[in-house]
Amino acid sequence: MDIVAVLITVAVMSVLGAVLATALAFAGKIFEVKKDERIEKIIQILPGVNCGGCGYTGCEKYAEAVVKNGEEVNLCTVGGGPAVDSLSVIMGVNAEKKQRKRAQVMCRGTCEHVKMKYDYVGLDDCFSVSKLGNGPKECRYGCIGLGTCVKECIFGAIKIKDGLAVVDYDKCRACGVCVNSCPQGIIRLVPYDSSVWVCCSSGEKAPVTREVCDTGCIGCGTCKRVCPENAIELENNVAVIDYSRCTGCGICSEKCPRKIICMKEIRSEMNSGKEGDDSDI
Amino acid sequence: MMNIFLLAITAVLIENFVFVKFLGICPFIGVSKKISTAVGMGIAVIFTMTVSSALTWPVHYFLLQPFDLSYFDTIAFILIIAAVVQLVEMYLRKCIPSLYSALGIYLPLITTNCAVLGISLLNVTKGYNFIESVLYGFFSGVGFLLAIVLLSLVRERIKFADIPTPFRGVPIVLIAAAILSIAFMGFQGLKLPF
Repeated sequence: MDIVAVLITVAVMSVLGAVLATALAFAGKIFEVKKDERIEKIIQILPGVNCGGCGYTGCEKYAEAVVKNGEEVNLCTVGGGPAVDSLSVIMGVNAEKKQRKRAQVMCRGTCEHVKMKYDYVGLDDCFSVSKLGNGPKECRYGCIGLGTCVKECIFGAIKIKDGLAVVDYDKCRACGVCVNSCPQGIIRLVPYDSSVWVCCSSGEKAPVTREVCDTGCIGCGTCKRVCPENAIELENNVAVIDYSRCTGCGICSEKCPRKIICMKEIRSEMNSGKEGDDSDI
Repeated sequence: MMNIFLLAITAVLIENFVFVKFLGICPFIGVSKKISTAVGMGIAVIFTMTVSSALTWPVHYFLLQPFDLSYFDTIAFILIIAAVVQLVEMYLRKCIPSLYSALGIYLPLITTNCAVLGISLLNVTKGYNFIESVLYGFFSGVGFLLAIVLLSLVRERIKFADIPTPFRGVPIVLIAAAILSIAFMGFQGLKLPF
């Protein structure tokens, strides 16, 4: 190997690189765009995970929107209360802190509860399976369990257990990415400290639901009748809780004939028997 | 003059970069949702292709060839294209911020657009002189603009069409692009001894 040839190559490429670098450096000065200092500060405060929970494509875009278009400063669910405080100071506004939320999978159809239609072998993606008769489970509405939400979650807060997605509440930052990633639309954001939720999204009539799943809502309306706050409505044969009214008394959970309105206490009982991680049904 | 005309016809229609050579597909699918962004992208590509042809030609003939470094073409060209794209990006951010934000990630992606690298390498393999290289770069860019605008016109109509669920989104766009590509095969009949 001729060492001179190597040196020439290195020299030529270095010169080329140096010339281009100098040209770019000058161009950078000429085309410099002055940025508002507040944008930089806000970007520093925001978590920088670019989850899109605020509705903008990333933390930088949200920071720009706050400064330039006067967007609300309390949209970042990941930063939570502290971020709202800091942003309010920078922008000189008084913003109300939003209630902390968490994602909740409105289904409890694990492999032992729900019947299967077919065995699925193929792309590991809920969307593609949802095109094949709404997934391999008999229930057309339930969790498909291939974990598209798991892959989407940037905080690693979702796991698949027995063919069902479960959310780790401590890790969940309520960005809402999983909500949009679920082809069945069964992940919802509920208040972080809410103690009851309906573990089913089935829109089928009672006989069909009963047929395919041990743990589906049959839309009997018992919870609606017993709720002292009138916080429960039946929508498409499934009970839906209005969290602005719910006080978490737990009467609905007690009276539900199918035992599908979950309560936090029940959840911890159920988990105690299984492996000891903090995720939830 | 006749030569230039033939070069233009060849670059825009007969050997269209997108439909015949299948180069630069990423921005072609990525930013063809709206006509306005498609035109912006097309113009940015025309600019990048022309300038990078103009820059890579002298680099090949006056810098690399005298030192027998022609095998370094690809790497040197990538360097130059990256610099040119940076320049375009800076210019757009300063002077046309709306287009800058509309193009988004696809603007830096021109760097990895194989059409731009392709034009520089083709200029060398085809043995064009400087003027021809620049013109070939420019007209190929025009070909890209034509392709992306055609597809964006189709997509703006597709948006309102009743498409079967499995074909919604990218699949129908790929089918539309394939049909356009077949249509462009018709221009092969114009092939000139050039």
